[in-house]
Amino acid sequence: MSAHADIHAHDDDHGHHHKETFVTKYIFSQDHKMIAKQYLITGTIMGVIGILMSMMFRMQIAWPEEPNVLFEALLGKWAPEGVMDADIYLALVTIHGTIMVFFVLTAGLSGTFSNLLIPLQIGARDMASGFLNMVSYWLFFLSSVIMVLSLFVEAGPAAAGWTIYPPLSALPMAQGGSGAGMTLWLVSMAIFIASSLLGSLNYIVTVLNLRTKGMSMTRLPLTIWAFFITAIIGVISFPVLLSAALLLIMDRSFGTSFFLSDIFIQGEVLHYQGGSPVLFEHLFWFLGHPEVYIVLLPALGITSEIIATNSRKPIFGYRAMVASILAIAFLSTIVWGHHMFISGMNPFLGSVFTFTTLLIAIPSAVKAFNYITTLWKGNLQMNPAMLFSIGLVSTFITGGLTGIILGDSALDINVHDTYFVVAHFHLVMGISALYGMFAGIYHWFPKMFGRMLNKRLGYVHFWTTAVCAYGVFFPMHFIGMAGLPRRYYTNSAFPLFDDLADVNVIITVFALVGGVFQLVFLYNFFSSIFFGKKAEKNPWKSNTLEWTTPVEHIHGNWPGEIPHVHRWAYDYSKPGHDEDYVPQNVPMKDGEEELQH
Amino acid sequence: MDTTVVNTGTEGKTWGGGNQPLKASYGKMMMWFFILSDALTFSGFLAAYGFSRFKFIGSWPIADEVFTHIPFFHGNYPMIYVAFMTFILIMSSVTMVLAVDAGHHMKKAKVTIYMFLTIIGGLIFVGSQAWEWATFIKGDYGAIQTNGGNILQFVDTDGNRVAVRDIAISEHGERVQHERKSGLWFVSEGTLPSYTIDEVYNGLEANPNVLVRTQTLTEDGKKTVLSREESLKQIKENGKLVVEGANLHVNEYGSPLFADFFFFITGFHGFHVFSGVVINIIIFFNVILGTYERRGSYEMVEKVGLYWHFVDLVWVFVFTFFYLV
Repeated sequence: MSAHADIHAHDDDHGHHHKETFVTKYIFSQDHKMIAKQYLITGTIMGVIGILMSMMFRMQIAWPEEPNVLFEALLGKWAPEGVMDADIYLALVTIHGTIMVFFVLTAGLSGTFSNLLIPLQIGARDMASGFLNMVSYWLFFLSSVIMVLSLFVEAGPAAAGWTIYPPLSALPMAQGGSGAGMTLWLVSMAIFIASSLLGSLNYIVTVLNLRTKGMSMTRLPLTIWAFFITAIIGVISFPVLLSAALLLIMDRSFGTSFFLSDIFIQGEVLHYQGGSPVLFEHLFWFLGHPEVYIVLLPALGITSEIIATNSRKPIFGYRAMVASILAIAFLSTIVWGHHMFISGMNPFLGSVFTFTTLLIAIPSAVKAFNYITTLWKGNLQMNPAMLFSIGLVSTFITGGLTGIILGDSALDINVHDTYFVVAHFHLVMGISALYGMFAGIYHWFPKMFGRMLNKRLGYVHFWTTAVCAYGVFFPMHFIGMAGLPRRYYTNSAFPLFDDLADVNVIITVFALVGGVFQLVFLYNFFSSIFFGKKAEKNPWKSNTLEWTTPVEHIHGNWPGEIPHVHRWAYDYSKPGHDEDYVPQNVPMKDGEEELQH
Repeated sequence: MDTTVVNTGTEGKTWGGGNQPLKASYGKMMMWFFILSDALTFSGFLAAYGFSRFKFIGSWPIADEVFTHIPFFHGNYPMIYVAFMTFILIMSSVTMVLAVDAGHHMKKAKVTIYMFLTIIGGLIFVGSQAWEWATFIKGDYGAIQTNGGNILQFVDTDGNRVAVRDIAISEHGERVQHERKSGLWFVSEGTLPSYTIDEVYNGLEANPNVLVRTQTLTEDGKKTVLSREESLKQIKENGKLVVEGANLHVNEYGSPLFADFFFFITGFHGFHVFSGVVINIIIFFNVILGTYERRGSYEMVEKVGLYWHFVDLVWVFVFTFFYLV
């Protein structure tokens, strides 16, 4: 409502600070830089919870039915005598997936870097609506709190898998977690969707409307392109999850039959009639697949920026990169059926979804090749951010190759719901996006906190993470192809899988070691906020506009006028210049030509 | 479109950027993207509706037989009432356009009048929908639900509908209602229907010119009417429950999914209309108080106008899918 007032306020008070109280500066802040930090810290805390959960269920799957002191201490009644209960295993898997996909890699990643970088890189004083931005964060915070609280429900948290297929999610009496735990899950996600919507609206209009002079769409850094398209996918796909969730709530609480039909419980027929759980799968995956790209695209955008900067070379194929982002975004909305090949869908429809799915390989390959060709013969500057970016290219390719197998219905049917799938999506979206997030943190930490992260600890963090990530997910391909199903809390009942037990132990050891080494990162992160080396204004000698702002944050970002933009973001090692980088706000020299990108 | 360009308060300021590729302020742009998002939510619902309806394409209720009432009149007037509702809603869109246009010309008095008319239109629509719901819930002729969940209705030999209450013979017996406290909670019933199956069966036996009609559609789109013997046999063997009206569990007109989706989608849309009315009222008072006159722009009226038109447009789709096709 006070839209106009906002803009006036920003313009009138640039260059000098508000009298800000602790509450308006650190808690209910409307400054995009502070909101970015809030997202990052909240996302990190959620990430720690999510990773701890994965370590617990990995221990269970490696040493099933063996008493574990840790389980007894952490899980209490869910682990009588230290033996994990099947229900809590399912719940841990469910909440791990939910937290990592939505709270860490959607809100944590997009929320942090879209908020931080969009205004800074396009040359704006702040987001279009600082107020909505603040509301967006606090809704996210509220949904995080509810999701964490749902862990403490007496009958257990939601345990229907992060995809919450009915009837497990629709019948409150179906399993322990289907009751209050599931209700809280849905409430939390509904709030999360509202938060995501407000955030995305802000990102989109800020990119469209608030660019500084000279910042045409074709001069936008690829980070901004990625965040922009991510926000658009979010606006298109999250509402459909909302419709699925609302229909599910109706089924749960008001007795409608949208997703339920002909169900007997203890010999009594329930009144539900005519609905279809497959309908839910369609609605869910119409969000679910674009969600993969909501998670991945920001990471790819961050990687593009970091690889170009640290190769001291222009990004290879800027326009092709933009086009491939657009193509991925478009294709992501017409491929959801490949998650449902075994739902009984018509084989012809399956072949259509196979076709559209395999098309995604083209823009993805364009991106992978462009990263490699950007690196090719570059003057490579190795630092943790660069290593994580290269790591992303590696996991993106490894995970992408198995995507071609899973996208083909004839092949997918054989490995559906096995660890092969788990390996695929963890590498291609989980680890890749996580690497992108780490790369972003290492690269923009000086911008966020005015200090540098410790490089040596960064190297330790990268190499342990990289080894452990492959150590965890590479063997999963093999046990998946051997037929080991996902989501089983123990495989000891099946002699068929006895040979795979040792592999599971190896995977778990890697998972535990990798998890523990994240402490290095946490230590580095939190201690550097206070004790890190003071950062220079432009530590990576980068071209984008955020490095023209002062190290100390000010409200409105630039003390004087906003710099005008005269060139694209990738004039690295351009002949005719003294330095090997030319920031975007440097005017063209006489006779200098803008690179045809 | 030129008239939609308004002062964004950013020209000539130090911010200085202001590439506005679509010549729209950020607030208006946000409204457009919100509408895109909301449209996808409705698409999700309507796609789900289409999916479910297609599943029962051979037995879906015929809208012309469901929505036949208008207030104060008895008899069969299919679609008249909903046409009235739709007309009112579309007219409220027209008055909204006029309000926005008056805003561009900074005519406060006209904006006030047209906003007021828009609000009235919205209220009439929401009120009409409440009546439509009440009628649908109350039901019409009543029907029998079979053990398999299908619906059996009654017609006379001329094809006219016959109400359950007109044929059933009351026996005034005592009936016990299943409740949570007296048994398993998931078999607890709501209010008991007025008649038992036996009462209806006896009534059917006593009325030789009444036949049973199933929900299965024939090739020319009519419901299948059973023979006299078949009718009696169906009620006797398969009759489970007398159904009067529609709710989220049962529906005397056919598939319960029809009622589920009808209540949910029109309810969700009605919620949007209601929110729109509330927002319009807020804007209306701001107009009266002269807020936008002082601001020098009636852009807020335009933004809520966008929302209002969107809600109308959604109704056109809801109306088409539930009433027309």
